[in-house]
Amino acid sequence: MNIPKDLRYTKTDEWIRVEGGEATMGISDYAQSQLSDIVYVEVLPKAGDVLVKGKPVASVESVKAASEVYLPAGGSVIKVNAALSATPELVNKDPYGEGWMVKITLADPAEINALMDPKTYEAYCAGRQH
Amino acid sequence: MTEPLVYELSSPGRIGVSLPELDVDPATLPPSLLREDLPLPELSESDVVRHFLRLSQMNFAVDKGFYPLGSCTMKYNPKVNEDAARLPGFGFVHPLQDPETAQGCLALMHQLQLWLCEISGMAAVSLQPSAGAQGELTGVLIMRAYHHARGESDRRRMLIPNSAHGTNPASVAMAGMEAVEVPSDRHGNVDLEALHTLCDGTVAGLMLTNPNTLGLFEENILDVAEAVHSCGGLLYGDGANLNALLGVVRPGDLGFDLMHFNLHKTFSTPHGGGGPGSGPVGVSEKLADFLPSPVVKILEEGGEEEPPLFGLTTPAQSIGRMRAFHGNFGILVRAYVYIRMLGAAGLRRVSENAVLNANYLRALLKDTYTIPYARNCMHEFVAEGRFADAPGIGAIDIAKRLMDYGMHPPTVMFPLIVHDALMIEPTETESKQMLDAFADAMKKIAAEARANPELLHEAPHNAPVGRLDEVRAAKQPVLTRRA
Repeated sequence: MNIPKDLRYTKTDEWIRVEGGEATMGISDYAQSQLSDIVYVEVLPKAGDVLVKGKPVASVESVKAASEVYLPAGGSVIKVNAALSATPELVNKDPYGEGWMVKITLADPAEINALMDPKTYEAYCAGRQH
Repeated sequence: MTEPLVYELSSPGRIGVSLPELDVDPATLPPSLLREDLPLPELSESDVVRHFLRLSQMNFAVDKGFYPLGSCTMKYNPKVNEDAARLPGFGFVHPLQDPETAQGCLALMHQLQLWLCEISGMAAVSLQPSAGAQGELTGVLIMRAYHHARGESDRRRMLIPNSAHGTNPASVAMAGMEAVEVPSDRHGNVDLEALHTLCDGTVAGLMLTNPNTLGLFEENILDVAEAVHSCGGLLYGDGANLNALLGVVRPGDLGFDLMHFNLHKTFSTPHGGGGPGSGPVGVSEKLADFLPSPVVKILEEGGEEEPPLFGLTTPAQSIGRMRAFHGNFGILVRAYVYIRMLGAAGLRRVSENAVLNANYLRALLKDTYTIPYARNCMHEFVAEGRFADAPGIGAIDIAKRLMDYGMHPPTVMFPLIVHDALMIEPTETESKQMLDAFADAMKKIAAEARANPELLHEAPHNAPVGRLDEVRAAKQPVLTRRA
């Protein structure tokens, strides 16, 4: 299970990468492996939207299940990953890279502190394996 | 697949029926309605019969073999049901004829309403909804109308345990309300602590399936009912798993305010491609006025010689119609016959044997497959379709391989709270020999998963079609006859 050290994680399996006042988010390697082959991704917001933490930002469908993706921290949307509508498999292949979903300007950087660090998230995933 | 399409079997000029010569003047159609070409297949009667018989032989059905599709209750459907549904008085009745000329049909519907009340502990029933999910939507609309009538329209949140059927949140969304997930505890019950924090004045109700999709009886049901009621919400029962409770427990006595029945599951009418569903809704006294119309009532009591006069009525604060006419009437006839043939004691034995069969299978398989939540199950149980020492094998591979053994796979990948879930519901209509044969097949597959995983990955080998490419089917669906 790939859990990069420089990210923060949510209980609903999103990751967020903070660079300055900006942040990029997507779903974790654990989430994509649980979903298996992803066949459809719809990113819901568009650039300029202002969203609070916990808002649904994407819906993901795999051959097994359909799932909502939630925003780990509030902010205004800078950019969404338009490539995912044509190539949803990017989320399977590269969940932390090309499979990113939304880029935002953080409204309150302190919200990041409430999220899980990699170690806690790793234990959280291990606890759900049985 | 070797069977050609019916269009490919077509031969220009071939006809299936010889009609007698006209002995009346031909009717004329307005020229604007006439067309030059109508590309329908041209076949003889035997072409058509053979084509469809061959297709039916490729299909798998409960009349052909074991069908342990969890939560679908694929029990054997007695053929006497079909006899009754084809009686001319039932089969040739028209929904628009004068109710006074269809009194037998209305009497049957009235009796079925009463029986469903007796079985469930509800006060009133509408037979209108066409299927389980439409029953749910009906229930949610009744809950919404009830709160609205009390001036509490801001109750818009519906609590749904994560062990619920996926249709529950869908029904809630369709009714314009918000679904809120309630987690399960480690015993597979509703997490009471989490439930208490969610219960407040914005809650319309909670939708609960009992037994839940893990096949487990909700042990805290009375506390769940108490929590929901004390915040002003209503408790909705998803009747999908009622086959475990007949004659043993009445949902109304457990605190459910309303529920739907899946006549096509519990009461043995063909489904899963074999026929339409039927999802009547039952409610407690305080919700009876909101039922969809029509409801069958006695308009005039009968005497010693005179039968009562039955009619169709609309409850005072009805949410309206959920569909045209009076429900899937042919299905109501079949369910009526099933209840009538079994009687109260027989219905109880249905549930007792459904639960016994599931527990027998669970005991046979528990050393081969991981079965989380190690409790006695109700009418079904959920096993994990994966093995620590057979990486790469998942529930899908096991399910596909079962087809090679001549059995329908269980429900897979649901509920989502179990990894690689295999949801197994044998039903009460299977013999011990069949259950043993299924357990043997499952054990053989578990051994194959270790010794020869490719056999599973490439399964099914004996079905009319091999392994389908589900990813491509989802991403590049071809929805026309010719690509």
